[in-house]
Amino acid sequence: MKNKSSSPKEPLVHLTKRMDISPLCALGVRVLAFLFGMIICGLVAFLLIERLNDNPERIGEFYQCFIKGPFSTRRKLWKFLKNSAVLLCIALALAPAFRMRFWNTGAEGQTLVGVLGAIAVNFYLGGKIPEWQLLVLMLFASLLCGAIWAIIPAVFKAKWGTNETLFTLMMNYVATYLVSYFLVVWVPNGSSSLGKLSHGKLPSFYHDYLLIILIVLGLTILLHIYLTHSKHGYEISVVGESENTARYVGINVNRVIIRTMLLSGLLCGLAGYLIGAGLDQSITPNSVGGQGFTAIMVAWMAKFNPFAMVITSSLISALGQGAEQISQDFNVSGAFPDVIIGIVLFFIIASEFFINYEIHFHKRHNMAKEVLKG
Amino acid sequence: MEHSIAIELKGITKRFGQTVANRNVDLDVRRGEILAILGENGSGKTTLMNMIAGIYYPDEGKIFFNGKEVIIRSPHDAFEHKIGMIHQHFKLVDLFTAAENVILGVHEKGGYDLKSVNERVSQIAQKYGFHIDPKKKIYDMSVSEKQTVEIIKVLYRGADILILDEPTAVLTPKESDQLFDVLQRMKEDGKSIILITHKMNEVLAVSDRVAVLRKGEHVATVNTKETNQSELTELMVGKKISLNIERTMPIETKKRLIVKGLKVSNIDGRKVLDDVSFHANGGEILGIAGIAGSGQRELLEAISGLQKIDEGEITFINPKKNKPVTFFHKSLQTVKDLAAQNAFHTESGHPVSFEGMPSKQIKKWVEAGEILFNEDEIINLRDKTPLQIRELGVRLSFVPEDRLGMGLVGSMGIADNMMLRSYRKGKAGFLDRRRPRQLADEIIKRLQVSTPGSSTPVRRLSGGNVQKVLVGREIAFSPKVFMAAYPVRGLDINSSYTIYELLNQQKKNGVAVIFVGEDLDVLLELCDRIMVINSGKISGVVDARNATKEQLGMMMTKSTEDHAKEMV
Repeated sequence: MKNKSSSPKEPLVHLTKRMDISPLCALGVRVLAFLFGMIICGLVAFLLIERLNDNPERIGEFYQCFIKGPFSTRRKLWKFLKNSAVLLCIALALAPAFRMRFWNTGAEGQTLVGVLGAIAVNFYLGGKIPEWQLLVLMLFASLLCGAIWAIIPAVFKAKWGTNETLFTLMMNYVATYLVSYFLVVWVPNGSSSLGKLSHGKLPSFYHDYLLIILIVLGLTILLHIYLTHSKHGYEISVVGESENTARYVGINVNRVIIRTMLLSGLLCGLAGYLIGAGLDQSITPNSVGGQGFTAIMVAWMAKFNPFAMVITSSLISALGQGAEQISQDFNVSGAFPDVIIGIVLFFIIASEFFINYEIHFHKRHNMAKEVLKG
Repeated sequence: MEHSIAIELKGITKRFGQTVANRNVDLDVRRGEILAILGENGSGKTTLMNMIAGIYYPDEGKIFFNGKEVIIRSPHDAFEHKIGMIHQHFKLVDLFTAAENVILGVHEKGGYDLKSVNERVSQIAQKYGFHIDPKKKIYDMSVSEKQTVEIIKVLYRGADILILDEPTAVLTPKESDQLFDVLQRMKEDGKSIILITHKMNEVLAVSDRVAVLRKGEHVATVNTKETNQSELTELMVGKKISLNIERTMPIETKKRLIVKGLKVSNIDGRKVLDDVSFHANGGEILGIAGIAGSGQRELLEAISGLQKIDEGEITFINPKKNKPVTFFHKSLQTVKDLAAQNAFHTESGHPVSFEGMPSKQIKKWVEAGEILFNEDEIINLRDKTPLQIRELGVRLSFVPEDRLGMGLVGSMGIADNMMLRSYRKGKAGFLDRRRPRQLADEIIKRLQVSTPGSSTPVRRLSGGNVQKVLVGREIAFSPKVFMAAYPVRGLDINSSYTIYELLNQQKKNGVAVIFVGEDLDVLLELCDRIMVINSGKISGVVDARNATKEQLGMMMTKSTEDHAKEMV
C-alpha cells in the first residue's frame, strides 16, 4: 500500500459548547482566573523587579500595594472613585451599542471630541458670558460632538453595511488629529499645549469629584432602566440577538442601529464633558488617555450590565492604582502597571473560554467500559 | 472492468446533540463507478460524506480504505487517502486565478512555479474535457466555471475518490450535461465518483449504483440498471405508516388567501419561485410538500412581508361580511371613505350613508358596533412590511423554520418572547410586562411546556418546548391565517402530536392553516389538500385523502421537463 496510514488514533481532546452554566459557577471560574492572574503577576514581579528578587520576603508588601494604591489615603480614595466614575461613564456609553452587537471601538474618539467641544466653547466664550450659560453651552457642544462622531459610522453601517469595528476605530485617529489641529490654532507659540482655562469649571460640592461621581451613578441607574424596561431597550436586545427575528416582528433594524449609536455617542460626549469641564479645563490629544479602550473591557467583562460595570470599572481602576503604587515603592519603570493589568485581564478573558466550552479528553478505557455496561 | 472496493464504511453513527444524523451506516464505494447517494433533505447524505472527507469525525464505526482501517481527522488526512470533496458552497479566493486557487495549500517540493501549475491545470482539464482558462480570475467566472476549478483543485491533489455535493443545484441543464460527461470520463479513468443528489433523473441517467438513505439510515444500495423511478421513490420515502392523526372534514371553507403568479428571485438573481399560484381556504389545512429548498421558505416569507417580490399578487380576504367595522385598524376618514363607496349596512339591513353627519355621531355608531360590512374585505399584501400587514388588521401568524434564529429570541425568557409581537402596544415608552407574563404562564400551563420558569432563556429549553412556546404565541392572537414551516422537525412524538392538535384546533376555528412539512406520512394524514412545490414551481395540488405517498414523491422529484413531457 502506498499511503502511510498511521495507526488508528482518535483526536486527543475535543471541545463542545456548554449549553448552560450556572451564574455562580461562571463567577467562580472568573474569580479563580483573577486569583491565578495575580499569582502570575507575583511571579513576573520576581523576574522583573530586582529589589523583590533580592528580598523574597517583601512579596507580601508587593500584594499590599494593591490595597495601598487605591485605598490608603483620603486623596487616593477620591482619585480611585473619580477614575472609576469616568471609566464607568464611558463603559455605560458602550453598553447599548454592544448589546446590539454593534462593536463600537470608537469610544476613545467619541469622548475626545466631547472634550474638544466643551473646551472649544470654553476657549472662545469663557469670561464673555455668565458661567452657568457657559457650562450649559459646553454641555451641548460635548453632546453634539460625541453624537456626530458616533452617528457617522452608524449611518454607513445601516446604509452600506460597512464594518463598524474598523470604522469607529479609524474615527479615533481623526479625533486625535483634530485636537492636535485645534491646539496649533489656539496656541500659536509652537508649544501646542493649552494651559488650564480659568473658566468653565463644574461647581464642586463637598469634594471636587463628588458631582461627577453622583452624575455617573445616576446615569447607571437610568441606563439600566432604559435597557431593561423600555421599548427601545427591548428592541436593542432583539436586534442584537438576531436581525432576522427583528425583521420578522417588523422592527426597523437600521433605525434601531442609528438611534442606539446616537445614544452611545451622546453618552461618550457626556463623558468628554465630565473630563473637560469637571476635571481638566484643558485638552491634549491624550486627554482621554486610552480609557475609551479600557472601557470596552469594562463593558465586556460585565456582560453589558450597567450594575456589573460598577464592579468591573472599580476593579480595573483599583488594579491600575495598585500597580502604580508598586512602581513607586519598588522603583520600577512606569510601564509596569500596564504589564500587571495586561496579565490579569488576559486571565479573566481566557477564562471565558472555559465558561463557554467544555473540554473532553478521550479515554479509551472508559469508553470500553461503557460498551461493556451497555 | 475491475470492481475492487475503494472505501468501505462500517457501522458509522454520527449524532448532533440529541438528533442522530447517521445511524449504523454500512456502505462501500467501488473503483471506477459513479455511486449516487439519494435521499430527502435531512436524510444524512451530506453528513455521511463529510465524515469521509474529514469535516466531521464519526462517533462510532470504522472507515476502511483499500481494505485497511483508516482514521480521517481532517480534509488533509482525506487527501492522503486520495479523497476529495466538492462542496455545495465553493471555497475559492476571488482575487486569485484558477491556477492560484488550485495550488493554494498544496505543499510541493521545489519552488512556486505558476507556469508549470498553469500547464498541469490545462492538462487535467484536457484529459477530462473541461473548459477552463487557468489564468482567469475567479471573480470573472460563472458559477459553473467556479465549480470546474473546485473539481480540478481536487484532481490536482491526486484524488481518486471524488465526492460531489448536489453539484447540479447551481447549474443550468446544459451545464449539468457537460458535468456528467466529465464525470463519465473520470469514471473510465478508474476514479470513483460519489454524487450526492435528490434528483431522480440524474440518478437514473449517470449513476452505476444508487445508495438510498432515509432518516439517517442506509436503506439499500441497488444497481441503477435494475431499478426504476418508482422503486427508488419508494425506498427514499418509505412505506406508508399509519399515524392516526385526527382529521375532521372541513366545514364551509372559503377562500382566505390568494396568491397569483408569484415570482421571487434570490440575491444571486436565481429564480426561487416561478409563477406560483394557489389559494388557501379558511377552515382547512393546506399542506406544502417538496424537497427542502424548493422555495417553501421564500413563499411563506413573501406572504408575511419579509421577502421582496418580483411579480405577482398576494391577496387576503378578511371575513368581515355582516361583521361590524371598528376603529381598531381604521381611521375615521377611512371609514367615511368606505361608507361613501356603499360598503356598509346597518343591523336592520339598511344601507349606510354618512353624508352630512357629524363625526361625533359616526364615531358613536361605529363604537356601538352598529355599522356592518356588506362584503368581505379584500386586502392586498404585496410590498407590505410585516408591521404594515399587522396595521391593516390582517392577523397573519407565521411559525418560521428557524425557531430560535427568527421566531424567538434565544436569550430571553418565555414572557419576554411573548412580547415580540405585542410590545409596541400602548403609548408609553416603557414595556408592560404584566400581560406577556400572564400569557406565558397560560401557555406553559395549557401546552405543558416544561421549563423552570417564564424567565428562563428559551434557548435552554428542549426543541419541543421551544416550538410549543412559538406556536403558542402565534396562536394567542387569534390568527386568520396560520403558516408553519416544518413545525414538528426535531420534535419527539408527544410534542409533535400536541402541535398537530393545535393545528387542527385552528382549522376548526376557521383559520386558513398552511403547513410546510417534510414527512409525507404526516402531510397525508393531517392535511386536507397538499400542494407540491418542485424547484420553485407548483407541480400540482392533490386531495390528501386520496393521494399516495409515491404520487407525492414523484411530483417532488421529477424534473419539470419530464413533467411537461408527460403532460403532452
